[in-house]
Amino acid sequence: MPVMLPALLPGVSLQALVSPLLHTVIREEAQDRVLVLIQLSGGNDGLNTVIPLEFYPAYRSARTNIAIPEDKILRLEGFDGTGLNPAMPELQQLFNAGKVAIIQGVSYPQPNFSHFRATDIWLTGADAGQVLPTGWAGRYLDEEYPNFPKGYPSVNMPDPLAIQVGSLVSPALQGPSLTMGMAISNPDNFYHLIGDKADPVNNSRAGELLAYIREMSVKTDQYAGVIRKAAMKVTKQSGKYPAAGKNALADQLKIVARLIAGGLRTRIYLVSMGGFDTHARQTDAKDTTMGTHAKLLAKLSEAIDAFQDDLGYLQVSNRVVGMTFSEFGRRIQSNASGGTDHGAAAPVFVFGEGVRPGIIGQNPTWPSKLTVNDNLALQYDFRAIYSTLLEKWFRTEEAVTSAVLLKDYPTLSII
Amino acid sequence: MANPTPATGLSVSSGIRRYKGEWKRPQVAHLLRRTMFGAPTEDVDYFLRKSPKKAVRELIRQEYPLPAPPINNYTDANYVDPEIAPGADWTASMKYDGMNNGRRKNSFKSWWFGLMTGQDRSIREKMVLFWHNHFVTETNTVDNALFCYRYNVLLRNYALGNFKELVRAITVEPAMLRYLNGYANTKKAPDENYGRELQELFTIGKGPGSHYTEADVKAAARVLTGYTINYKTYTVSFDPNRHDPTDKQFSAFYDNQVIKGMNGKEAETEIDQLVDMIFSRQEVSAFICRKLYRFFVYHTIDETTEREVIKPLAQLFRKKNYEIAPVLEELFLSRHFFDPNNYGSMIKSPVDLTAGLCREFHLTFPTAMDCEEQYNLWEQLRNQTAGMQQNIGDPPNVAGWAAYYQQPEYGKLWISSDTLPKRNQFTDRMMGNGFGNNGKKVVIDPVAFAAALPHPEDPDLLIAGSAEALFSVPLPPEELQFIKTSLLLSGLEGTASDHYWTNAWTTLQDKPEDKANHNAVAGKLKNLFRHLMELPEYQLM
Repeated sequence: MPVMLPALLPGVSLQALVSPLLHTVIREEAQDRVLVLIQLSGGNDGLNTVIPLEFYPAYRSARTNIAIPEDKILRLEGFDGTGLNPAMPELQQLFNAGKVAIIQGVSYPQPNFSHFRATDIWLTGADAGQVLPTGWAGRYLDEEYPNFPKGYPSVNMPDPLAIQVGSLVSPALQGPSLTMGMAISNPDNFYHLIGDKADPVNNSRAGELLAYIREMSVKTDQYAGVIRKAAMKVTKQSGKYPAAGKNALADQLKIVARLIAGGLRTRIYLVSMGGFDTHARQTDAKDTTMGTHAKLLAKLSEAIDAFQDDLGYLQVSNRVVGMTFSEFGRRIQSNASGGTDHGAAAPVFVFGEGVRPGIIGQNPTWPSKLTVNDNLALQYDFRAIYSTLLEKWFRTEEAVTSAVLLKDYPTLSII
Repeated sequence: MANPTPATGLSVSSGIRRYKGEWKRPQVAHLLRRTMFGAPTEDVDYFLRKSPKKAVRELIRQEYPLPAPPINNYTDANYVDPEIAPGADWTASMKYDGMNNGRRKNSFKSWWFGLMTGQDRSIREKMVLFWHNHFVTETNTVDNALFCYRYNVLLRNYALGNFKELVRAITVEPAMLRYLNGYANTKKAPDENYGRELQELFTIGKGPGSHYTEADVKAAARVLTGYTINYKTYTVSFDPNRHDPTDKQFSAFYDNQVIKGMNGKEAETEIDQLVDMIFSRQEVSAFICRKLYRFFVYHTIDETTEREVIKPLAQLFRKKNYEIAPVLEELFLSRHFFDPNNYGSMIKSPVDLTAGLCREFHLTFPTAMDCEEQYNLWEQLRNQTAGMQQNIGDPPNVAGWAAYYQQPEYGKLWISSDTLPKRNQFTDRMMGNGFGNNGKKVVIDPVAFAAALPHPEDPDLLIAGSAEALFSVPLPPEELQFIKTSLLLSGLEGTASDHYWTNAWTTLQDKPEDKANHNAVAGKLKNLFRHLMELPEYQLM
């Protein structure tokens, strides 16, 4: 489909004005750019992750049993009113080094409180009341690499479009007819599949499944070689990673760094960690800086830091931007079992050398007569972050961005 | 061969009316693959001798004794259980600690896998898996082996019983109270976890007719307050002091019903009112029938299926006061179920693949006499299954395995570029070295499998018979020809070469001591079955 350039209107990005040649150069450069999505499953308690020092008394009284002591909160340079959970010293250092952007209050109108529905909303980029059959990243890859998998691998795109580290491909990568991504749990253990002789598949329930399985086995076979080759090229990585098996997220990110540095032109990687559904005892009763949630955040922080260090060591850090997200934040008020129930808005981290560091948005506020049902207000639609990543990181045309996200969203100054 | 004629299109118009068509191997095998794990030849033979109605009734109604509990298989160099002797039932123990709990959990999971591979001619084990995927708990979260075992027993007891009674029972089952925080749900600190999932995942669902509200979640949570778990006696009790005695107002979806707050012991009956109220909504029956349909028939429910199958089943479900058996009977005797388009219309779950393979190839596990090796081999196969992303006892989350609910992919999610190679590696290994422990082994015996087929001496009939035993859809003729030529006849083409195989097979029968001939025949059969199981058709059921 030819992309129609909209008539010049106020607000049209500069990108539309640059010369065609320069534009091509920019686009080609963007083809080397990689996005790493880190899914925090279960609903991360944003309020105990990025803490509003500015309103510390209100924060403390809303959640006396799990509030982090003021003097333990990690300070962020240039942002006196906001701090990080003490479990994340690495992320604090990355922030102070100008490699992290924090977006406050990310959600969407009429937020949903069900894990599964909310996850679908984030992964597909849907409105609260809308069910989409495709994932947001899948739609982007479909725009960028039309007709996939027909004609792929190709000279321009010899590698998988997207890789899920794990065994199941995320719905975020679902394209119009099939998934645009492939799943790997370990690049070393690819298995040689016997090439099937394709035979005509009839148009039936079983036939449709057979076609899918055939496609999958061909795909496995086609990409197994390039992935293994890329993995083999990298023999040494940063020493900052914890020992294998100690931090599952770090293990996943280590594979990602290895494949990027090994030369894969794959655009999007998905990794994930679970355990954020902290209904009860999310902190130790005596020391709120310790406990379940702190351990999760510590792993997240440690993993991102090792990954970032590795990307530098492997000399690919200018090509990679990462983003964390979770299906929702948690309730402002804690419950008496020392946990928090499902909530709404929460902060998002975007990290990498390409980000414009700092904090976007305000520290959250809430009415002084707080009830258990109160939730943090929406400041930024999560799709505005997607929109920003597409347009400023992947350099998509505005028309493509809105085709992918099905609406227009503002871009944020995080990149 | 009586494979049903290939269908076209994805839609199936036949409804719930009684099936009156052919009753041959493909029909019986279809019924067994869906209601049991795999369709072993002798089970197909057994049900072939009965009418469809008798076969379905027997699968659903025949009662079998409950299995003996799991035993101590975990004595090793690092640990000797001071209380429970090796080989003895540990579920009577009231002591669970850091040393024995994890070992017993593993024993429980291996035991469960063993029940699947050793199942009776009954749908019961399939239903236990269905309910496990419906009323999810995770052993990692429950974290007590006894509770995990008891939860499994509960599912087996109610597997074909009354759904409403099952909901009432599971609500106060310790594993569930642990898993969804019911034990921490008190009037001072209502925990909404169970109150939410009870409606969203267990009864009302999120279908088009579901309109319960966030307020209903909170109200239900308050009804459910007051349960505690005693970790000395491993029992559950209701503590009225922890129960919220105020009135619970529900939304218009529940006709603005109020569950009157109660005090004292009788407050526990508020749960009965809650269950009654939920089950007064028709959506419950539709939701469960849809879930049964997706688990047993096909992943997508279009308008025709909703009208012709789900609606009448849901009606029947309500009429029978939420008894499960009549609904299953109606479904499995319907024209819709036997519609040719539904053969092979599901991707095997990992358990269907691994436990099904064990049964279809008649693998024999060590007996209880060698319980250490028996449990070890069950565990090895269970781990293989977990590697393919179905870790029984530990689904990924409270919604169960995504392949059973995530649209539009559903069962396709079982097959990824990670799991497809694992599936192929598994079947290859079962056809090669198999799995072993202390000299005991589970591995496919290709000669025995072939010998049980009609006319194994005829290469065409051998291949056709194997394909019929292993696949739910026919293989294309070119594929059959390719298999014969390249796998059985070492590249020799044409019918004129058939006798090479026939001679080799007859020699094996006449002179079993001829080692070279035995190896040649066994080698060719290995290649044949390995190849058949590498075909995408083997992933379907």
